[in-house]
Amino acid sequence: MSTQKRREMQVAALENGTAIDHIPPDRLFKVASLLGLEQMNNTITIGNNFKSNKMGLKGVIKVSDKFFEEDVINRIALIAPNVILNIIRDFEVVEKKKVTLPDEITALVKCNNPKCITNNEPMATHFDVIDKAKGTLRCRYCERKINKEDIVIK
Amino acid sequence: MKSNSLVSIDQCTEEDIIRILDNAALFEANPNRKLLEGKVAATLFFEPSTRTRLSFETAINRLSGRVIGFQDASTTSSSKGETLKDTILMVSNYADLIIMRHYLEGAARYASEVTNVPIINAGDGANQHPSQTLLDLYSIRKTQGKLTDLTITMVGDLKYGRTVHSLIVGMSHFNPTFHFVAPDELRMPDEQKNFCDKHGIAYYEHSMFTEEIINESDILYMTRVQRERFTDLEEYERVKNVYILRKNMLDNSRDNLRILHPLPRVNEIAYNVDDNPKAYYIQQARNGLFTREAIICEVLGITVKG
Repeated sequence: MSTQKRREMQVAALENGTAIDHIPPDRLFKVASLLGLEQMNNTITIGNNFKSNKMGLKGVIKVSDKFFEEDVINRIALIAPNVILNIIRDFEVVEKKKVTLPDEITALVKCNNPKCITNNEPMATHFDVIDKAKGTLRCRYCERKINKEDIVIK
Repeated sequence: MKSNSLVSIDQCTEEDIIRILDNAALFEANPNRKLLEGKVAATLFFEPSTRTRLSFETAINRLSGRVIGFQDASTTSSSKGETLKDTILMVSNYADLIIMRHYLEGAARYASEVTNVPIINAGDGANQHPSQTLLDLYSIRKTQGKLTDLTITMVGDLKYGRTVHSLIVGMSHFNPTFHFVAPDELRMPDEQKNFCDKHGIAYYEHSMFTEEIINESDILYMTRVQRERFTDLEEYERVKNVYILRKNMLDNSRDNLRILHPLPRVNEIAYNVDDNPKAYYIQQARNGLFTREAIICEVLGITVKG
């Protein structure tokens, strides 16, 4: 079998749906949980540690008959900024999307300041993305900044 | 202002600041005006702060409004586990205005989101205390006759001092020059220095508090160096007497120099400085009353006439 063929066979082809590619292997399950895959009844294929020319190893998630909303997709940017989404219809990739950080992030990230109101009151957190390139967030309430490496997902 | 609440000094434009200070000057000329007749203001102090509370309550009384509230959360339902949201919504049923101090950061912003009643932030943890900044600005303008092109020297704890951080933001509209005088451990954080860079504001950092710096200044803004802020107590012992203002240090200072301090002071200003006409910190606190009268009218949309 040719290498090309063997690679293709590793993951089942999608007829319609979304293939999420180039997920860093250590972020795969976080991405899965951000997308809420465990609550879905769609056919889902999850693969990890595939060889990648771009990044050494990568994870892949394929979800049949599912096209995610923009804001759901952009949540992924927080933990895996270089992920690519392939929108597939009738076995063809009809669109490739790069994830980008949104301007605001609501009810997803935990504020790292224990004295922030959001950690002491049943309420949603709200962050402004103040530097998209660096991935720096600022809490709308206590105004504390969070660097990308310190981001904790709720 | 964008909203009818005053949560943070950042939300005030240059015009907002000037308008509030102009109104404060009218209140200084005549503090007793019946502008809040028939209105009820709530002062919710989830954390005690006698000075700030008395200043706000005096402002309400001089405007002929009535006051409800508490000065210590231990006597309220929040000690039983009531959420801030519920407390704010409950009080919103009774009051036309809520003035709140809270130990949690962001509490006032959250309160302003859950109610349509105007909120005035009287301090939220280490975050914001906009009425302090406005009274500082009022004191600066009153003593200097202007806000523009002044040299302001800030001394002491510049790392944790929220008053100095907010004052930088408040002054940023008026082309100031800053001197930051602090021990290494308590230097002005990068965030504030970046802010100055972005707004084209000149600043100079010093670790020694010298007469040369004082002699170049129009305003000397002193703050308290607190022992508990140091990780290295030896460092505290080394620096604790370095950032003290003594009377003889003022000998060659400018005539228009005035010394400000957000109070309470401990030992960072020697007591014999009090008699020097350049000491302004007690009058500064008095200006808080007029500034707060102006802030209350601002958030309630009440026009103050000359």
